[in-house]
Amino acid sequence: MEEPQAWVPGDPRSRPSRDQVVAGLKGTDEGGVELVQLLTPEGERVHHEHFDRYIADVTLDDLTSLYRDLVLVRRADREGNSLQRHGELGIWVPLLGQEAAQVGSGRALRPSDMCFPSYREHGVAWTRGVDPTELLGIFRGTDHGGWDFAARRFHPYTIVIGNQCLNAAGYAMGQRFESKVGDRETGEATICYFGDGATSQGDVHEGFVWAAAYDAPLVFFCQNNQWAISVPLERQTRVPLYQRARGYGFPGVRVDGNDVLACLAVTRWALDECRTGNGPVLIEAYTYRMDSHTTSDDATRYRLADEVELWKLKDPIERVRVHLARRHGVDQGFFDAVDAEANELGERLRAFCRSMPQPGPERMFSEVYAQASPLVEQQREEYLAYHASFADEGGRP
Amino acid sequence: MAKALNDGLRAAMERDPRVLIMGEDVGRLGGVFRITDGLQKDFGEQRVLDTPLSESGIIGAAIGLAVRGFRPVCEIQFDGFVFPGFDQIVSQLAKLRYRTQGTVPVPVVVRIPFGGGIGAVEHHSESPESLFAHVAGLKVVACATPGDAHWMIQQAIAGDDPVIFFEPKRRYWEKGTVDPDLSAAPPLHSARVVRPGSTLTVATYGPMVKTCLEAATAAAEDGQDLEVIDLRTLSPLDLGPVVESVRRTGRLVVVSEAPSESSITSEVAARIQQECFFSLEAPVLRVTGFDTPYPPSRLEDDYLPDLDRVLDAVDRSLAW
Repeated sequence: MEEPQAWVPGDPRSRPSRDQVVAGLKGTDEGGVELVQLLTPEGERVHHEHFDRYIADVTLDDLTSLYRDLVLVRRADREGNSLQRHGELGIWVPLLGQEAAQVGSGRALRPSDMCFPSYREHGVAWTRGVDPTELLGIFRGTDHGGWDFAARRFHPYTIVIGNQCLNAAGYAMGQRFESKVGDRETGEATICYFGDGATSQGDVHEGFVWAAAYDAPLVFFCQNNQWAISVPLERQTRVPLYQRARGYGFPGVRVDGNDVLACLAVTRWALDECRTGNGPVLIEAYTYRMDSHTTSDDATRYRLADEVELWKLKDPIERVRVHLARRHGVDQGFFDAVDAEANELGERLRAFCRSMPQPGPERMFSEVYAQASPLVEQQREEYLAYHASFADEGGRP
Repeated sequence: MAKALNDGLRAAMERDPRVLIMGEDVGRLGGVFRITDGLQKDFGEQRVLDTPLSESGIIGAAIGLAVRGFRPVCEIQFDGFVFPGFDQIVSQLAKLRYRTQGTVPVPVVVRIPFGGGIGAVEHHSESPESLFAHVAGLKVVACATPGDAHWMIQQAIAGDDPVIFFEPKRRYWEKGTVDPDLSAAPPLHSARVVRPGSTLTVATYGPMVKTCLEAATAAAEDGQDLEVIDLRTLSPLDLGPVVESVRRTGRLVVVSEAPSESSITSEVAARIQQECFFSLEAPVLRVTGFDTPYPPSRLEDDYLPDLDRVLDAVDRSLAW
């Protein structure tokens, strides 16, 4: 692909080719000819006429920092899985395999940009400065989200599939109404995360319509991990997902979601487009969910182990490690240090999780309304009195 | 009432530049009921948005705008069209404040013309207020008079809670006075006695307030002195005035156009029997629409509670 696709009515290129349709239908491990890739699974840097410029400033320090993020994010994710297996979390939503899509796109954001995640975006959270301990409450059942939403500009996790695409469209409309769009340096943008399954939801389509109608500075970042729980991509779409953007009148790009450099470059480009008034943009990050949908799911019931093995060869972290070692002579000491830091993070998460306090019943009644409801107040008083009445017996049964 | 709402919206927009109006046909056309007439001309297209035809989008985008710091006022064109947006209302609008423990308020007002009586086709005459009152995190109100409509819409916009604001569409053309003094207006979440009486209490809201007042006038000719209470706020309910009244009259009739099962009227009945058990001289009776879908409009005079059905319930209560 030479340039991000422009919408040209009547141009035959505006229609998906037969090969593209077939590629989309097959939805195997190949992203197709239009996949933007800057770092091959073997760790080779490949050049791209359009997107190279968006990572021209990336130094060796940046590369090692990206590697560190990938490793730490994976470690936090694996720790979440373990904590669930040990009964410390009710559920965990693994991101294994999607580290590059999340870290690459998240690192493209500026602090002034806004981010609307789905519920698997632990890696994006990391890039926004949300500590992994702040994610645990949702899955342990102590809160519905525990970070500073405004300061991090990282919206609460949205669990109802696709809702956040409209909320993000509204937020981005607000950025435009406030004249924060138009300048590459000072402009603001919004990014919204969702999966391949979400693309069948009305709210995602309406989000596309609204963002286009209001020229909203919004990057739709679809992590196509090939599976919506047990349902494969071909049940969601006939065409490659990035091509959907054409129908709404804005550009769509498919990027190798396991290539952190490509995700960084393409997202930087997309954010640039938005900041300068050319939004919205759709990015399809072609990746793979290496683990189950959640810890409650059993992926062996619906997909072949061969498929997972094939994707292991495209691991998002290994290619960066190989690249750093072979092309930049980074020594084993660095990798060992990152691994040690990852283990410390895991231990810190484990210790934090086990010491998380049980919320008191009064928490149930707090902040339902800005102006308190007499009904809720009455229920709070009555229930807390009831609860307290068991104090002599050592607590409510 | 339409003018009172229009003036109220205009005043809210003048008071706070973060207030936006958004909905289908609310700009150039001024809304299908002309409630937003002239506002786009005076405030511009970025404050009065003619949106895509997409109710989930209207609510969903309003939520995003509210997160950004705006105070959107959404218009849903008709009651029966709100359901594409119901997911956003229930899943996001109602819960974001609680989810974030107050750090992300979503001050969005959703205006919905509701109720029947205008001879419309299907989906244009419904009374879905109970569906919203059942959702924790939402506040639900219904205005009945021009004076209330004018101030209640401004109070709803000024508050930080999401409010579902029901407007009785068949009363849009009713005349009435608007007190120019906001401080004279009762709080948004308060019920009000609109006709004092001593024989029996009638509690109602929205379009049925006028019907019940007419019933009270007719009953007065028979020597029955009905007290009529406009509930005004449906979530939270303000039952203080109803409790006080029923303790005096011993009898309560609750009136609404909505179907009866699991409704505002059933909630009022349940709580009044709990609060006023020893004062009641008769069971709480209800006059409602039927538990059917809204019928073809040639039958709506049979479906909708009217003066005679209210008086029939009054007679049954008094005969107990």
